[in-house]
Amino acid sequence: MKHLLSPLDLSVEETGQILSLAEEMIKAPDRFRSVCQGKKLATLFYEPSTRTRLSFEAAMLNLGGSILGFSSADSSSAAKGESVADTIRVISSYADICAMRHPKEGAPMVAAQYASIPVINAGDGGHNHPTQTLTDLLTIQSLKGRLSHLTIGLCGDLKFGRTVHSLIHALVRYEGIHFIMISPEELRLPSYIKKEVLEPAGTPYQELTSLEDAMPKLDVLYMTRVQRERFFNEEDYIRLKDTYILDKQKLSGAKDDMLILHPLPRVNEIASEVDSDPRAVYFKQAEYGVYVRMALIMTLLGLQAPEAQF
Amino acid sequence: MLNISGLNSGVVIDHIKAGRGMDIYSYLELDKYDNSVAIIKNAKSSKMGKKDIIKIEGIPDFIDLNLVSVICDSVTINIIRGGVIIEKKEPSLPEQVTGIFRCKNPRCITSIEQDLPHSFRLTNPHTRTYRCIYCEQEWSRA
Repeated sequence: MKHLLSPLDLSVEETGQILSLAEEMIKAPDRFRSVCQGKKLATLFYEPSTRTRLSFEAAMLNLGGSILGFSSADSSSAAKGESVADTIRVISSYADICAMRHPKEGAPMVAAQYASIPVINAGDGGHNHPTQTLTDLLTIQSLKGRLSHLTIGLCGDLKFGRTVHSLIHALVRYEGIHFIMISPEELRLPSYIKKEVLEPAGTPYQELTSLEDAMPKLDVLYMTRVQRERFFNEEDYIRLKDTYILDKQKLSGAKDDMLILHPLPRVNEIASEVDSDPRAVYFKQAEYGVYVRMALIMTLLGLQAPEAQF
Repeated sequence: MLNISGLNSGVVIDHIKAGRGMDIYSYLELDKYDNSVAIIKNAKSSKMGKKDIIKIEGIPDFIDLNLVSVICDSVTINIIRGGVIIEKKEPSLPEQVTGIFRCKNPRCITSIEQDLPHSFRLTNPHTRTYRCIYCEQEWSRA
């Protein structure tokens, strides 16, 4: 049985198949509306989430399946001290597949060890968030037409930003990728990712502090939020949170076909005046998150796409 | 000079960096072993200046001698039978180490999930890096 705990659990080929299936769904969503009839998705969310939980639920409902679950640890048996291992053993008899978000890193891996159903990691602390990575890949693939030969700017909190780490892991497997990391000194990409991911893959990268300097070179700009919950020290958070604010003026140096992605939620790192720019695709990206989760659920359940009707 | 009698049958863990002998004793759980065990600290060494040595009487079957290399990269292991060295081993780094070290990441699931064995995977043999299989935090001796 296959689980999705890290973006690297899927080979490049498997990732390509999921993205292709998601692109078919974007074109003809009605074709898939009863693929999961009779199947149940359990959403086990031990910490609050809006987009991820609702997009999983929307994905299963779009496929004709049903959903059950909880949206905070307080409303689950975790509040009584139940272990993840015990919870998943029970849930395995209630549902066909589950998506788990947990504040502790590695919790979905524990679940996968004890589950008899596929487990999808829907975010574990600052560690992995593979369905966000699939969403990012689908957005780039669909709107750029490729995942290779791209200069990708990663901007903001590169130290704690799990979406950035996961995206780097996934993209180094494609040809001709060049990263430009834009962050304050304190929030630079951890050196282990450079040494263990970028350098062995031979992926070139630059580290800059100026967003304006990087802008003209970029095919994709991936903005991130400086996350309050990742800081132990409130003063550091306040000092760093407004380092990069993308506005129309900064965007003036960008290519006409550059894409602006953001995993959302944003706070103020992208000014609302940018929303109307055709390069701003972050709301489209959130929409694609539903399609890629639909494709993932189908794939992990081993379900085939229905024949196209002509 | 301190004299420790020779072994007729057993294991000598030699060339331990000075000061790491007790760590190895502890990680191999030699305190649970009934036979004689000698730890020699700060022995003179022409190669290392000072070194630690552990002599174990008999060959305990419950220990994985490869674990020694995780803690200290300079060690050699001599297997003694009939008073002579019959085998010299250079231990190789195990791919996975379970139940020996603890993950120190407070955000790791191992910090709250009871009875979950702490397990580390070798991610870079050149830098001898082990990472927690759950949270991927690097294991360090500190």
